[in-house]
Amino acid sequence: MRDVAIIGIGQTKVGEHWEKGLRHLALEALQAAMVDAGVDRVDTLYVGNMLSGELTGQEHLGALVADFAGMRGVEAVKVEAACGSGAAALRLGYIAVAGGMADVVLVVGVEKMTDATGPQNTAALAMAADADYEAAQGLSFVAINGLLMRRYMYEYGYRKEDFAPFTVNAHANAMNNPYAMFRVRVTPGSYTRARMIADPINLMDSSPIGDGAAAVILVPADWARRFPQPPVRIAGSAVGTDAVALHDRRDPLVMEGAALSAYRAYQQAGVGPEEIDLFELHDAFSIMAALSLEAAGFARRGEGVRLALEGKIGIQGRVPVATMGGLKARGHPVGATGVYQVVEVVQQLRGEAGANQVPDARIGMAQNIGGSGATVITHILERME
Amino acid sequence: MSVPRTWRLRQQRYRLVGEVCDRCGVPIFPPRDVCPECEAPAKTPFTFSGRGEVYSYSTVYHPPVGFKQDAPYTVALVRLEEGPLVTAQLTDVEADQVEVGMPVEMVTRRLQAEGEEGVISYGYKFRPLLRR
Ligand SMILES: [Zn+2]
Repeated sequence: MRDVAIIGIGQTKVGEHWEKGLRHLALEALQAAMVDAGVDRVDTLYVGNMLSGELTGQEHLGALVADFAGMRGVEAVKVEAACGSGAAALRLGYIAVAGGMADVVLVVGVEKMTDATGPQNTAALAMAADADYEAAQGLSFVAINGLLMRRYMYEYGYRKEDFAPFTVNAHANAMNNPYAMFRVRVTPGSYTRARMIADPINLMDSSPIGDGAAAVILVPADWARRFPQPPVRIAGSAVGTDAVALHDRRDPLVMEGAALSAYRAYQQAGVGPEEIDLFELHDAFSIMAALSLEAAGFARRGEGVRLALEGKIGIQGRVPVATMGGLKARGHPVGATGVYQVVEVVQQLRGEAGANQVPDARIGMAQNIGGSGATVITHILERME
Repeated sequence: MSVPRTWRLRQQRYRLVGEVCDRCGVPIFPPRDVCPECEAPAKTPFTFSGRGEVYSYSTVYHPPVGFKQDAPYTVALVRLEEGPLVTAQLTDVEADQVEVGMPVEMVTRRLQAEGEEGVISYGYKFRPLLRR
């Protein structure tokens, strides 16, 4: 097995791109990544995407994006794992390079959501849940997270306002990210007053959907010095799964898939949570941020929210999260999100995060979650000295 | 919800029929044919009592397409008295009356109607347990 490095990154701003279709968004991100890496051809393209068929009537994205980008003929497929599609595409790219099947791999995550209405998006996102036994009962994806948040508050005695620090932190960090969707400050007061979506989850617990694309270029780590940018090594790459439906989990408040995924990645990288300098977690909802911190070993059961309350998740904290805004404020173009997270970790490890730079960041972790925790993909990245 | 799909799920939707594992005896809902505890085949039908208690709940103000007519409505994870959790809507109760631990029982209600002339899907919901 070969070591794999990331030598190029690219992203579009997340937002409402009325003037750009799916293919234009993908092209913008992948061209930026290829320019950044200084490459003009790739062996293989993996496209991470969840909802193109449902929201834009377009499937078959591998060939579509390859052709549109002037790469007709190249090996190309779409990869889907609900909201974890982006990291799933990266995982396949990693396997291809590590296994020697390809040398230069392009991974692009893309989602086009604003061609469809709000209720259409709500129904589409619910496809990440169990269609026969969750979505058929009228549960939105927000409601599924509402069930988790209510139970968490009940079991551990937290109040609604205790979750505010996740949102406040994400929005503060997005202020300095030109690619973020919401560059507006949120206060604990405005968090508490936000409109309810699925009680107890309000608008300020929920990440916004949007259009966006992000891309990375992978090569064997041995080659990485030939390219212009400071290379970043993929030290750990792992997938863990759990039951799709909350009701089928052993304990809904324990994300077993996330724990499996994180600990497999730790084992491969030869590190533990104490060595992670920043953690781009999957804060689709503030409850997901809390459960992710617990599953990945940064907090004990029931103490993820306490970690945030104690101010340990900021840029200068013990475990900086959502350092460029996270899903909450950078935005959550679902199938692209996993690639955005990795792009942001690379920015941190290269020392290119500007005002949000985590001091001397050497090892960063990105964790992308499909559904309410059924597919969890963790990547640990390390600056190559 | 397509007609064949509703028909296929009729035993679960209308009667809360799951399965029981022949090897370790654990009752299973929804049915999954392989025991989640011991991985043995589990195809023996088992009808649940329909009684349980609220494990968690959430009130939906922004429903997916197809559920607009009932919004806002409250959904829950119900811990059945035989053990499994089931996801369902609560009915015959105001949202602010619901609490974790509340005893509930299954009833059959309309889940979804596809416009004026479309198929109406029925299935289980849970209401506060009526003390008789
Ligand atoms: Zn069994």
